[in-house]
Amino acid sequence: MNWDIIFGVSLESLFNTTMIAYALAAIGLNVHFGYTGLLNFGQSAFLGVAAYGLAMTVATFGAPFWLGIVIGLAGAVVLALLLGIPTLRLRADYLAIVTIAAAEIVRLLFRSVSLSEWTGGSDGLQSFSDDFYKLNPYSSPLKIGIVDFDPRELWVMTIGWALIGISLLIVFLAMRSPWGRVIKAIREDEDAVRSLGKNVVSYKMQSLILGGVLGSLGGFIFALSRAAVQPDTYGTEFTFYMYTIVILGGAARVFGPVVGSMIFWFLLAFINAVLPAAITQGYIPTWLMTPTQAGAVGYILVGAGLVLLLIYRPQGIFGDRKEVMLDGR
Amino acid sequence: MADETTVAPGVARMREALKDVPHEPGAPKPDPILVADKVVRRFGGLTAVSVDHVEIPRGGITALIGPNGAGKTTFFNLLTGFDKPDEGDWTFNGKPLAGVPAHKVANQGMVRTFQLTKALSRLKVIDNMRLGGTGQRGEKFWQSLIPALWRGQEKEITERADDLLARFKLDAKREDFAGSLSGGQRKLLEMARALMVQPDMVMLDEPMAGVNPALTQSLLGHVKDLREDGMTVLFVEHDMDMVRDISDWVIVMAQGKVIAEGTPDTVMADPRVIDAYLGAHHDGTEHDPDVVAALEAEGETADE
Ligand SMILES: Nc1ncnc2c1ncn2[C@@H]1O[C@H](COP(=O)(O)OP(=O)(O)O)[C@@H](O)[C@H]1O
Ligand SMILES: [Mg+2]
Repeated sequence: MNWDIIFGVSLESLFNTTMIAYALAAIGLNVHFGYTGLLNFGQSAFLGVAAYGLAMTVATFGAPFWLGIVIGLAGAVVLALLLGIPTLRLRADYLAIVTIAAAEIVRLLFRSVSLSEWTGGSDGLQSFSDDFYKLNPYSSPLKIGIVDFDPRELWVMTIGWALIGISLLIVFLAMRSPWGRVIKAIREDEDAVRSLGKNVVSYKMQSLILGGVLGSLGGFIFALSRAAVQPDTYGTEFTFYMYTIVILGGAARVFGPVVGSMIFWFLLAFINAVLPAAITQGYIPTWLMTPTQAGAVGYILVGAGLVLLLIYRPQGIFGDRKEVMLDGR
Repeated sequence: MADETTVAPGVARMREALKDVPHEPGAPKPDPILVADKVVRRFGGLTAVSVDHVEIPRGGITALIGPNGAGKTTFFNLLTGFDKPDEGDWTFNGKPLAGVPAHKVANQGMVRTFQLTKALSRLKVIDNMRLGGTGQRGEKFWQSLIPALWRGQEKEITERADDLLARFKLDAKREDFAGSLSGGQRKLLEMARALMVQPDMVMLDEPMAGVNPALTQSLLGHVKDLREDGMTVLFVEHDMDMVRDISDWVIVMAQGKVIAEGTPDTVMADPRVIDAYLGAHHDGTEHDPDVVAALEAEGETADE
């Protein structure tokens, strides 16, 4: 077995663009779910709207890159308003139902034939990231031991990590402030917060917008790192991985989503590298698993890991078990 | 028992204010803080609240009593904007409040607690308290990102919160999660938190239920202190000894209606009130069926 490659790939996924995109998405979801208690099952739509906002602005309409970013961000805000206005006055589960449906609608719109003139249909769009890569200051790959990143990936990573830094700073500052206190109190009991004179619907809307915009940054990174957008990337399983990551890191912990994303992608990359190698080397008999099945087994193991996590450590890596176990009367 | 020479100033003030008020449902008060008219709330076929006219005197402690299911909690919910009436209007401090959302009601100075306590479990006790502070600059999103803008105000609020926690003997629990408190301590915390809003009127829904007797005495003391500070208190309570001990005025509800009003002594001697409580025993086994029927008939005529 080539341990250099196996560990190299695994270590790279601790820092690479996929990890970053999921971390940003999960930072946003943590604002919704972890801090505010909003059951948003459509976080993937925020990433999709941002990615397509950027891609369509540049590739379809030929507008400048920076305008694409502005439109992507505005798209996330509009989506938050569309989701929030009809549902945030209602019981919490309505948001869950509406967001999961809205995310599917958004995805189906992106891939619909009648809109393909603008969206590229199921093939998606390319060639919107040239202006971004023109600014790339790196010309040679980064090689540290067994880890290896090419210049394009390095450039996206640089921006991505900067965005993670800014996002975490915003979440950290907001959540330790009186604003964050209201947000966390809403998670505990909306009516109590209302009885103290706070406009709960407005705070939930602010949270939905903040988390959506932070998540949309992940959409930009995802689209730029692949220099392409494709509708089926933004399906519901995308959102479920984000939930896995948030819970893994510990809900309502500032660094939780980043650490959760790192662990999630490290484990997945490691399993996906180790299993095929072990099969070809004969350590795992082929009647048990063929190399093509190894990828699916990777996800099965991740799922099993999540189940074990929820049973034995529901507070995640950073959480406080005492706090999670408090009864919510 | 109350010795005229040792009576607290607040008690004396309220006795004076209420001395000419007739002891009858809907009686007008000299300076009401809250006036409600024709407030009706139906749940399907059930009319939970149907209050024709009621006035709450300013600066006193008013007890709202009545058998279970009388509509007291529903009436609280309506007045505070947590539920919407089918009909009715009411004013608070002279301002119409019907249709005003709950958070605005609180901001106008009318704050309520809940029969089922709503402690914010995974917030510390001190943060539960701080949440009650009104007009906080740091509660605005953009300003929240710059601590320098709100740190001073946060300090003032924390000082006020610590004072109240000490008064309610919760200062030792300051750093604990509210979810770790006992039921009685949660009631105390909820009441203290409501006071952080600095309301003109607090509405306490069964504040003593589930509180152990030692704590009850201190809770009663706190409520009396509020009257001395000039605050208006409206509270729901079942224990008649407590009602007699602290209230200046008593309003009795039964089957959604206000059926009697008066000072504790007159109300508790009122046959309609005794009747309402007896009539609440629908099992009927404890009473001679004929007597209950007679009382109920009498109660119906009294309602007209
Ligand atoms: N949300 C509701 N839906 C249907 N019926 C209700 C609702 N809330 C209260 N009720 C009914 O209204 C009546 C008054 O209830 P409530 O106000 O809780 O009484 P109290 O607080 O005086 O014990 C009861 O018969 C109760 O069952
Ligand atoms: Mg009640």
